[in-house]
Amino acid sequence: MTTYLLKRLAIALATLVLASMVVFAVLEVLPGDPARLMLGMNASADQVELLRNQMGLNAPLVLRYLRWVGGLFSLDFGRSYTYSVPVIDLVRERLAVSLPLALIALALSTIIAIPVGLFSASRRGRAGDTVAMGAAQLGVAVPNFWFALMLIYVFAVWLRLVPAGGFPGWGAGVWPALKSLLLPAVALALPQAAILARVTRSALIEVLNEDYIRTARAKGLPYRAVLWRHALRNAMIPVLTILGLQFAFLLAGTIIIENVFYLPGLGRLVFQAITQRDLIVVESVVMLLVAAVIAVNLIVDLSYAVVDPRLRSRQ
Amino acid sequence: MSLLEIDNLSLTIGDTPILKDMELSVAPSEVMGLVGESGSGKSMTALTVMRLLPHAARATGRISFDGIDILAATEDQMCALRGDDIGMVFQEPMTALNPVKTIGEQVAEGIRWHTKASRAEAEDRARKMLDRVGLPSAKFPLSRYPHELSGGQRQRVVIAIACALKPKLLIADEPTTALDVVLQAQILDLLRDLVAESRMGLLLISHDLAVVTEMADRITILRRGEVMEAGDTARTLSEQSHPYTRQLAQASMHVPARARPHGAGSGQALLQVESVTRDYPGRRTSLLWRAPDIRAVDDVSLSIAPGRSIALVGRSGCGKSTLARMILALDRPTSGTIRFRGETITGKSEAELKPARRDMQVVFQDPYGSFDPRQRVEKLVAEPLHLLEKKPTRAERREMVAHALHEVGLDQRDMDKYPHEFSGGQRQRLSIARAIITRPKLVVADEPVSALDVSIRAQILDLFAELNQKLGIAYLFITHDLTVARAITDEVLVMHDGMIVERGKTNEVFDHPRSEAAQALVTAAPDLHRAIARRMQEQG
Repeated sequence: MTTYLLKRLAIALATLVLASMVVFAVLEVLPGDPARLMLGMNASADQVELLRNQMGLNAPLVLRYLRWVGGLFSLDFGRSYTYSVPVIDLVRERLAVSLPLALIALALSTIIAIPVGLFSASRRGRAGDTVAMGAAQLGVAVPNFWFALMLIYVFAVWLRLVPAGGFPGWGAGVWPALKSLLLPAVALALPQAAILARVTRSALIEVLNEDYIRTARAKGLPYRAVLWRHALRNAMIPVLTILGLQFAFLLAGTIIIENVFYLPGLGRLVFQAITQRDLIVVESVVMLLVAAVIAVNLIVDLSYAVVDPRLRSRQ
Repeated sequence: MSLLEIDNLSLTIGDTPILKDMELSVAPSEVMGLVGESGSGKSMTALTVMRLLPHAARATGRISFDGIDILAATEDQMCALRGDDIGMVFQEPMTALNPVKTIGEQVAEGIRWHTKASRAEAEDRARKMLDRVGLPSAKFPLSRYPHELSGGQRQRVVIAIACALKPKLLIADEPTTALDVVLQAQILDLLRDLVAESRMGLLLISHDLAVVTEMADRITILRRGEVMEAGDTARTLSEQSHPYTRQLAQASMHVPARARPHGAGSGQALLQVESVTRDYPGRRTSLLWRAPDIRAVDDVSLSIAPGRSIALVGRSGCGKSTLARMILALDRPTSGTIRFRGETITGKSEAELKPARRDMQVVFQDPYGSFDPRQRVEKLVAEPLHLLEKKPTRAERREMVAHALHEVGLDQRDMDKYPHEFSGGQRQRLSIARAIITRPKLVVADEPVSALDVSIRAQILDLFAELNQKLGIAYLFITHDLTVARAITDEVLVMHDGMIVERGKTNEVFDHPRSEAAQALVTAAPDLHRAIARRMQEQG
């Protein structure tokens, strides 16, 4: 078990280092001079050169990379070129929206998908399965912003239960903040739940054909007990894989939903930073997301070992 | 008074009839043997009694167990019976246990479910049951996982699950088919003891007539869903009054007719293996440390003359297959050399090995898994032709495939079919056609008939014998089935713990085994003649 853990940890760290190099290199080769951007088109070449020196942009590549990485460790991501505030403050503010949003959406998606998958797999080929999988097919096919618009129409415009958009900030109290995250979370969760339900179903169907399911039935366990006690845990590995991928997506790929609901999330921050060539923000957020994805993958890898004892004893 | 009584049972799945007017009964403390070839409906009979049939199955007739009408019982009543009054053991021990639960959990689960015992009580009973089936607590604590056990040990766990609540009836569906003969004998002994201990009825399902004869008081012979003959084991098999019974008995003792092999013992050896050893790195115990190397093959030397047929026998895990892989140059020995037609093949590159590969082909055990299901027979059988010096044209290729198919008794029109259109026996013929298409000098056959029914097995053995005579191919037969080894080989090598512990003429070695390993194999191997004789003697 320790070997497995250490090995996974080493792989995660190596990936992180490699990713940081790629992120740094890509932004180096992109056109656009940050100093020139900050000073505007009318600045003289001397002024630009001065600022470049101040910002350390003229230092050798390796040195700048090391400086940047060192900064990451002390949470000093540099200053945004456009907002002139520390990047960390921007990120922290946006993360306070994006992280809870992603977690709520992920929880919702799991809560919907696993029971639907169990239901469908246990009624394979029958009416219930067909209806559930038809709905899932629809959920995969329909884009999430359409769900978002429908939800706004029903719950915000029509029933007036929740706000149609915007985010009051956590300072306004936990409930109002949560309330404004509810619809976007549902809109994000539905398509994810549809995918997850299909994966759960097919993983379960495969497991239900295994010999040990028959052994469990021959013990006298009713079908339902066999499903929960024997099949579900064995079907968890593909489900966990998809969950890991979905979390990464939910953290960063929510820009459309953020726009529909006017949420100040990470996705919009990145989008704005890219259009304004605020490269230091792009760099930092991308690095942050890479780290988050790697961390989630590590957690997924470790949870495999929790689920399956064979992975624990193998090297 | 019968414990289980099956009357007029008919079963269809979808539109396919599976069983027709099936009759069978098992009395308390009686062993009933149910014999038949694959597809005869043996397993479906068992699943009908357990009411674990697929959804599309429809059963009519009557099954009464201990006064309960099984076909009319509710699902709740069946759940109460399964695992409590009726236990079941399956064929494949490697997959019959849930890989993510400990063996303790799995044995205790049924006990807790049926008796509402507390966890501690159930675990206590599970412990006693595991002790009883030969898995003592010192080596097999409840916290073991299935993957930490061997096939034979896992089958003991499955038996412990099935017998934990002292069922009145135990159904064992091919319980030893996946095990080597020594393990088979141990598991059969265990089942016999459990029957004697608790007056349990045993329905033993097997395709192996010898195993059933050794075990069963009465026997039912099934063919295509119909009972051919049923009755006292000794009488049924000694009289063999029903033609199908006779056919089965003869097929399971079949010995192909072979004239003496040509060129035996003279001239240069075709294959020479000299002091070959293969070590595998030991299991990693931590980041820096490994257990010592595992020696799978230990200083093995052997030689095969052209046209000879040699058996390599031994228990599972003794290193037979590793040795075969090295001979086929699919694996490299740690030390030692292998010479084929006088040339060293160890340490050669793939390109240098090409001529050797042409003269050396292989037939595997599983006729289902060894073909790509999406390719036509022509392409599958022609596969080894890329080893030829000159690439044959398309017409030549078709010609060669047609010839090979003809030689193995298939039609040349079969060339355009896909593997799933063939039965198991026909597929094994395809594997053989693929092996002989390059006119090899040596064919290595790894358990080539153990997945086949007895009558098909007899035909395939005949085919091997015929090709040996006609084409002068030498064989290395890897098997744990001594009947097969006796039927088709001139010499035998007995392997144990990576070493060859005995060698000689096949009949001499099996009639008078000297080494402990060979003796164990011979004693454990089921033999129909011997089993019938013993039955007759017991009954006077």
